[in-house]
Amino acid sequence: MNRFLLLPLVLFIGLVAFLLVGLHRDPHEVPSPLINKPAPDFKLSQLKEPARTFSPQEMRGKVWILNFWGTWCVACREEHPLLLEFSKTGAVPIYGVDYKDDPAAAKQMLAEEGNPYAMTVSDPDGRTSIDYGVYGAPESYLIDRNGVIRFKQIGPITEEVWQKEILPRAKQLNQ
Amino acid sequence: MYKVMKRGVFLWAIVLVFSGTMIAKEAQPNEDPQIEQRMKALTEQLRCLVCQNETLADSRADLAEDLRREIREQMKAGKSDQEIIAFLTARYGDFVLYNPPVKRITYLLWFGPFILLIAGTAVLYRYLKQRRELISDQPLSADERKRAAEILRNEIG
Repeated sequence: MNRFLLLPLVLFIGLVAFLLVGLHRDPHEVPSPLINKPAPDFKLSQLKEPARTFSPQEMRGKVWILNFWGTWCVACREEHPLLLEFSKTGAVPIYGVDYKDDPAAAKQMLAEEGNPYAMTVSDPDGRTSIDYGVYGAPESYLIDRNGVIRFKQIGPITEEVWQKEILPRAKQLNQ
Repeated sequence: MYKVMKRGVFLWAIVLVFSGTMIAKEAQPNEDPQIEQRMKALTEQLRCLVCQNETLADSRADLAEDLRREIREQMKAGKSDQEIIAFLTARYGDFVLYNPPVKRITYLLWFGPFILLIAGTAVLYRYLKQRRELISDQPLSADERKRAAEILRNEIG
């Protein structure tokens, strides 16, 4: 038998393997070029006290999460109760960037539904969010003691992501 | 008469629809037309990350508008197209480029089709060559001739 007759079968199996892998990938999750790069610096007004600013420089020496959200963002509202739970464990402090939002609406939401953030800053024109390569809120960055981004979650942090991706990394980075 | 009028209304509707889109695509009047033109040319090569099958030029997503504002400002500040593309890929990765750069991770993307073409041609060539050898006329050997004669004799007999 001609061994070339098997070739189409082998190619077909290869194609199926590629397609199977592709099926389980979300095309909306674009890998960030910022992983293992220093978190972009910014200086933004605090949501509660706009006269005071916050900069990631202040977080040197700590492992923390920077979460981009907005009251207009449905997925952020879904994520909100989970963030509250995570913040209560005290494992990793969560800082929020209120992305292109009405500060009054944001303050109201935090007052009514609870505030998981150690602090929230406002990014009214979205420039800081562009620097972080945010393209769909919510997005969260795990930042290490040296201010380097170690992990990015696109879309809500689920229980699974928290347990499997964030906590183990945070533990390791805190050692 | 009625039919003609109906057609007239239909054509008029088409004119109205298309004039609408033409107005929407015009540059904003208070912007520098030269920069607008440069920006349009550049953003047509860039992908909007929110609606991934749209260019940054066409997308009406909020982020696309912010990025166009950013690009417009950088152009006014005298940045080159290359610098602006570097700015965007540093934040969003090569994914924003509709024309991805040739580097190790994209070798398969760029050269894969040619490799497949060459491999396919080689397989086809070998296959055809083998096939031709199989069907080419070769004189029968003495043994074969004897067997053929025997078969013929039996058939007739």
